[in-house]
Amino acid sequence: MINKQISSIHEAVADIHDGATVMIGGFGEAGSPIELIHALIDQGAKNLTVINNNTGSGHVGLAALIENKRVAKMICSFPRTANSTVFPELYKSGNIELELVPQGTLAERIRAGGAGIPAFYTATSVGTPLCEGKEIRAINGRDYVLEYGLKADFSLIKCLKADRYGNLIYNKTARNFAPIMAMAATTAIVQTKEFVEIGDLDPEIIVTPGIFVDRVVIVANPLLESDLVKAERSYP
Amino acid sequence: MNDQIIGWSRDQMAERAAQDIPDGAYVNLGIGIPEKVVRYVPAGREVIYHTENGLLGMGDTPEAGQEDPELINAGKRLVTAIPGAAYFHHADSFAMIRGQHIDICVLGAMQVSQNGDLANWSTGDPDAIPAVGGAMDLVAGVKTIYVITQHCTRSGDAKLVANCSFPLTGQAVVSRIYTDLGVIDVTDDGFKLVELAPGVDFDYIQARTGCPLLAA
Repeated sequence: MINKQISSIHEAVADIHDGATVMIGGFGEAGSPIELIHALIDQGAKNLTVINNNTGSGHVGLAALIENKRVAKMICSFPRTANSTVFPELYKSGNIELELVPQGTLAERIRAGGAGIPAFYTATSVGTPLCEGKEIRAINGRDYVLEYGLKADFSLIKCLKADRYGNLIYNKTARNFAPIMAMAATTAIVQTKEFVEIGDLDPEIIVTPGIFVDRVVIVANPLLESDLVKAERSYP
Repeated sequence: MNDQIIGWSRDQMAERAAQDIPDGAYVNLGIGIPEKVVRYVPAGREVIYHTENGLLGMGDTPEAGQEDPELINAGKRLVTAIPGAAYFHHADSFAMIRGQHIDICVLGAMQVSQNGDLANWSTGDPDAIPAVGGAMDLVAGVKTIYVITQHCTRSGDAKLVANCSFPLTGQAVVSRIYTDLGVIDVTDDGFKLVELAPGVDFDYIQARTGCPLLAA
């Protein structure tokens, strides 16, 4: 029998090792798997490379993971956000590495990584500082830059509903990077608000088929980053 | 005492740009003044707004009590979804952009050069935290790029220049610019005036432009 449900959130992240590459879903707070990130902070893995669009806000979630010195390198498109102070301070003092990637290139690199495509050419960033040092190739009269697919050891993502096969659906714009991060990680770890019976999710509307998902843990009442930031909470 | 106001306000710039968005267009609006364009699309035109975090059919700001922190736009502001809207993941969203499916994108600018180069993501200051977001994807992939910007910086420097001094977002990508002083096209011969804002004459706008402006 297939059952990807894990009863404890700490068990779900227990094997994330020092030096691992971890994709974390979310665009700002929409889709941010706060509870999984906090479990990873508790677990203690360090020297991580983290892939996310941003760098978190306040002192919770991804910002807390960074603040607790677990992250050696961020790969992201927009490391500055309102209420984002943790990453900028570490970056300015030379204590964290940054690989800045245009947002669409970041998404496509993750998709390609998940789809077994090692590299691709794109027009994005041609003629800008972000293509310096990269291979440029003219195809049908236009210049394109070579970008490599991204894979990860683990991904941490949040969804609305999951079943024991790992089929997932999401809530509105919280979907963002989650489906492609599930594809691109060796081990995709999901927190779901609701856990449903096999067959309850209409096959026509499943967004992430279970083949891309390895572990599902129920977080019925997920915290909201903005509430925690407003309350000036920090983690741990 | 206030200086006499010459030209268009921020809302009037957005209103003027909105006149050029045709019925049926799929449009992506950047953060800032471009976001105001949505309020001014002429009645009778149906325009679908794309926000690159994963929504086609973005609607207005939600009414009190209807907010969902997981329904936001690319500027991370709370929005709504219109009837007929669709949600999708980031790779699909940027396939819409990079695959040239979006018709028009309206962006802000730090500088635009006379050949249509756009600089809007970095001043090149080595102490700043670099952040790019989706701007480079939008200018590389969207068919028509409009810019809405004040004609000059707060300190009075021209933003329409011969060559951008800031790092580029994309080369030769801008087709039309809406400023507080007028509407300017990027042509093979450089900047060409299309329309002057009220109270502005050619000499006034030329004096505030960093390179020659062709008369309308």
